[in-house]
Amino acid sequence: MAAHRCNIFMLVFVLCGLTYVFVRADIEDTNHVKDAESVAVDIAPKANIGASLRSTKTEDQTQAAEEERQWEATEVKEADRVPDTMQTPDVPPLTPAKDQFQEELVIRPLHSGDIYASFQFRTMWDTDFLRGSKVSHYRLFPKSLGQVISKFSVRELHISFTQGYWRTMQWGQPFLPSPPGAELWVWFQDTVTDVDGAWKELTNVLSGIFCASLNFIDSTNTVQPSASFKPLGLGNVTDQRFLRYAVLPREIVCTENLTPWKKLLPCGSKAGLAVLMKSEKLFHSSFHSQALHFRPVCQDWKCKSTVWELRQTLNVVFDLHTSGQGKREWSLFKMFSRTVTEACPLASSSKVYVDVTDNPQGELFELSPTTPLLSQAVVLGDRRTYSVYDLTNQATFGQTRSLNMLLRWRAAESGDMLRPLLHGERYVAGYGLQTGEIHTLMYNNHPYRAFPVLLLDTVPWYLRLYIHTLTVTSKGRDNKPSYIHYQPSKDRLRPHLLEMLVQLPPNSVTEVTMQFERALLKWTEYTPDPNHGFYVGSSVISALVPSVVAMDTNSTRECPLFSSFFPCKEESSYFMRVYTEPLLVNLPTPDFSMPYNVICLTCTVVAVGYGSLYNLLTRTFQVEEPSPGLAKRLANIIRRLRGVPLL
Amino acid sequence: MGLLSDPNRRRALTKLLTRLNAPICVMCYLAGVAWFMGLAFEPFTLRTYMSENAMGSTMVEERFPAGERALATGREFAAHKKKVGGMPVDWLVKTMQSRGLEVFTQSFTRKLPFPDENKERYMVRGTNVYGILRAPRAPRTEALVLSAPCSEGNNNNQAVGLLLGLAQYFRSQIHWAKDIIFLVNEHDLIGMQAWLEGYHHTNTTGGDWSPLQGRGGSIQAALSLELSSDVITSLDLVLEGLNGQLPNLDLANLFYAFCQKIGVLCTIQGKLQRNDWDTTSGYSHAAQTMMLMVLKQASGRPWGDHGLFLRYHIEAASIRGINSFRQYKTDTTTIGRLLEGMYRKLNNLLERLHQSYFFYLMPSLSRFVSIGYYMPAFGLLAVILLLRVSFHLWDNRGFYFYLTPSSPGVLSILTPVVISHMTGVALYTLPILSQEMAVQHFPVSETEAVVLTAIAIYTAGLALPHNTHRLLQGEGTEEGWRVLKLVALLYLAVLLGCTALINFSLGFILALSLVPIAAFITPHTPKALSAAIMVLLSPGCTLLYCVFVFQELQETPVSLQDGWMLFLSVISQGILDHALYGSLVYPLLALLIYPCWLLLWNILFWK
Repeated sequence: MAAHRCNIFMLVFVLCGLTYVFVRADIEDTNHVKDAESVAVDIAPKANIGASLRSTKTEDQTQAAEEERQWEATEVKEADRVPDTMQTPDVPPLTPAKDQFQEELVIRPLHSGDIYASFQFRTMWDTDFLRGSKVSHYRLFPKSLGQVISKFSVRELHISFTQGYWRTMQWGQPFLPSPPGAELWVWFQDTVTDVDGAWKELTNVLSGIFCASLNFIDSTNTVQPSASFKPLGLGNVTDQRFLRYAVLPREIVCTENLTPWKKLLPCGSKAGLAVLMKSEKLFHSSFHSQALHFRPVCQDWKCKSTVWELRQTLNVVFDLHTSGQGKREWSLFKMFSRTVTEACPLASSSKVYVDVTDNPQGELFELSPTTPLLSQAVVLGDRRTYSVYDLTNQATFGQTRSLNMLLRWRAAESGDMLRPLLHGERYVAGYGLQTGEIHTLMYNNHPYRAFPVLLLDTVPWYLRLYIHTLTVTSKGRDNKPSYIHYQPSKDRLRPHLLEMLVQLPPNSVTEVTMQFERALLKWTEYTPDPNHGFYVGSSVISALVPSVVAMDTNSTRECPLFSSFFPCKEESSYFMRVYTEPLLVNLPTPDFSMPYNVICLTCTVVAVGYGSLYNLLTRTFQVEEPSPGLAKRLANIIRRLRGVPLL
Repeated sequence: MGLLSDPNRRRALTKLLTRLNAPICVMCYLAGVAWFMGLAFEPFTLRTYMSENAMGSTMVEERFPAGERALATGREFAAHKKKVGGMPVDWLVKTMQSRGLEVFTQSFTRKLPFPDENKERYMVRGTNVYGILRAPRAPRTEALVLSAPCSEGNNNNQAVGLLLGLAQYFRSQIHWAKDIIFLVNEHDLIGMQAWLEGYHHTNTTGGDWSPLQGRGGSIQAALSLELSSDVITSLDLVLEGLNGQLPNLDLANLFYAFCQKIGVLCTIQGKLQRNDWDTTSGYSHAAQTMMLMVLKQASGRPWGDHGLFLRYHIEAASIRGINSFRQYKTDTTTIGRLLEGMYRKLNNLLERLHQSYFFYLMPSLSRFVSIGYYMPAFGLLAVILLLRVSFHLWDNRGFYFYLTPSSPGVLSILTPVVISHMTGVALYTLPILSQEMAVQHFPVSETEAVVLTAIAIYTAGLALPHNTHRLLQGEGTEEGWRVLKLVALLYLAVLLGCTALINFSLGFILALSLVPIAAFITPHTPKALSAAIMVLLSPGCTLLYCVFVFQELQETPVSLQDGWMLFLSVISQGILDHALYGSLVYPLLALLIYPCWLLLWNILFWK
């Protein structure tokens, strides 16, 4: 019993840790926006974004000589910029903030030669729809969404549409992870009484807004995770009654989903970075994911009042091999078949970042036009350096009045990528149509640190899980989860939900296996193409992963001695979420032309078999008399006429 | 149904059946054989057609240009293979990686139960290399497989070259919706078995292999490519897989459709198609093709590397390039285009291949015999057994026998049944268990020891059981053998019926040889003649005839001596197939069919 309680404490501790990180990130985040000097990158809402430019400057002095020029230039440029931004009316530092809009694009060249482009648009909505005051004036915030959110009393809403699977082992970590298909999770306000009803209506409304099949979300694929999906915004309500989570792995994302998404932007796709989003190119890629996150955040660093933040993100990975020419080079035009000519006039900041961390001396690739502006940030536990193009500055566009960054690889082979510390895989084992086994593999690639992960598995009811066959093994030994939350399925009502807190030993693979039996469906429950198979959504692995920066203790990087003795607390671990592949499972499928044959056969069998058996059972058998003589027959005729019994 | 309930009519029926039993049986047998031979006659068969809409109406353009480069890659592969003396793993990994695939390797070891003399291997150690082409914007739920074996000597280098060439070409295409796995497997089927079991995380035959690192979801279809020359004259399609399983007919249709479109000569069982069905030679050609398919299917062994996929419900076939002395040659670019077209269409699949037939025989590539057409042939043979049951059950007046109190004891029936099955178990287990002892005492190799032990036990079984019941109960009664015969007949009927449902060819061939003896054997027939006929029609001798017929049909007739050697190697291969891949033919013959035949043998010598 004591051990059990201890486990719960541990879980609560981890959860508090997570919440702390998020809130912390947000506060810092907001600070940076206000702070006109800082150009710290705010890329991942879940990452701990720490490094301000000031700390960068201290490190600059110890950098190698050839780098000095660049960093000095930054400072000079930065100095120039300060009065600039002070004059721009868009970013009033401390006026009671009204709605705000920011846009940015991060470009990360990947080691495989592919290129990763991530758009983020942030709209701040300074309103208070909760107090019952009806909001009728919308400035930057999309009205269609605002109305829905206030009607259903949504506190947080996260929705993503993804086409493709993020290849962690080749591409590293994404800024915002998302599972293949559509994912939706919502925290409702604690004033909502009928959460299920609100959820049902909300999914239907969102289905209309995004032209997606979200209306297929019902009780059979909705769960209430107890630990994996905690609110990312302000507030400390963690009662899972107000949380709903659903994934549609089968959802196919296309331009019809992109267009309504683009319409939510203040500038639409008319100006600013959104000009680049030409669907023809975005869907000619290896990976496409668009998402929308709505949550409450602090208004300023004092955090006395909250504003609502709408973050729209779009992530694309362009493939080197299918892009046509064999040349290893990328430009904005080649990626999007457009160039940037202006910032969105409504945006308070509009920037393009290019990840140049692996390319300090330009030996890996060549970036043109060069920008003097550099920025450093800790993203996903790694200290990254970015070249920054500020689109609000006319000088960025140069003579041609358009920005078309060109990234040309120098080396034919880019160096080895740092292995991602955590990644997951999933597959179905076995053959035949009766039973099977789901295997989930979780890799901890950290050389010496163990860390706990939360695994969330949602399995539809028609795969009947044998929970007694659940095994968790790492390095060939049984690994007992410290927390298990299992909710069995109910046929045609709700799915299986399994959440586990598992400690992953360093440098290991942890395997979670569970056997299942395939159910026989009713014939109306089969999809129109039952032979394609049935999907099982991705499992979700959430973890606080030890940061690479903290891992870097034995001076592979040159840095001042005084800065590297104690691993810095904020940077020591970061939050990460990894999705595994969805599964495609075949269920026993009847031949649907068969009912006719079966009816014919059954009728025949019944008629022949039952009929003759019934006949045999009910008939009385008598010994046959030899036929009577003529006299007797005559006598019988007479007797029949008289009405007396026959002889 | 007055026929059953009316005693008069029933009596008439039973009278007819009992009086004319023998002639009806003979008629049925001849009709069955005639029906079977008629299946190869073209007007009686159906034309193949594409059932799957996703593969039929959509046109694809094949543009694979790089046949020459693929051949160069193949030569490079050959050089590296020679240098390493086996699978050039490092080179393959590097080459696949440079083509933009995700590359993984799997190592495996396998100790055979006894040395395989055909392929000269005993302790097998190897590595499979496979690269996955990740389809853009696909969630890793479906995959297709293209495999080429890394064979010994100079074989199949071109296949690996073409595989790598196709990988490079496919990688630059955007339209893939399923991951494509390019697999180079070492030690042909053993490597394939290791890979498939690793992929599906099963272990049915107790091999030892490292787990797979990368997967592509559920595999929808697979092709195995065998190509040993730069130019070919024709492509041969191999369909027969483990335990006589066949892939969906649409896969064969797809291959045929593209051969027609691109203009490549295509064969099945190495036989070209002929148009002169109305001549005798045309008919015999079709019949030969079909008989070859029947014999191959009956053998229950995988006839190409694709054979093991079928167990996992993955539609698979092998495509084999053949270079003969014909004028008309096809180059590698064309084969590449053919494969490209096939993969493009498989890629278009929205569901698993399920529309067309899974049970069929093919007298030529464009004609097939579906299960509905060939089953009557077997049915006509099987009905003989039931007729004989009725004959032994009813007397001439239509009344049941054995309702008299003088029924024989259970023990006198059970004893021969149990002893026959014990002999079957001995035949199944002893050859492998006793090989060491045999090698110590006789001057033979392990393989010979296994085969000769099997034959010895088989022959010893003839002497053993027919005297046993006397040990228990003294003289056997007249009714005793009748009951035993009834049991044997029903047993054989069930056995053959089930076998024919799973593997028609095996069931039909066994029925051809076993039904006559089962029907007419009694203790009252002349002993010497009957015994000779029974031995000649025993399962072992049937196998021997099959070997000769197969060689004859393949137009490589062998002498008696070679045929015997071939027969021995077929037995060893059958045992190996069972141990390595889980083929069921050997246990079926040893544990069920042979004991059943022993029961009949027992009846003959009933006293």
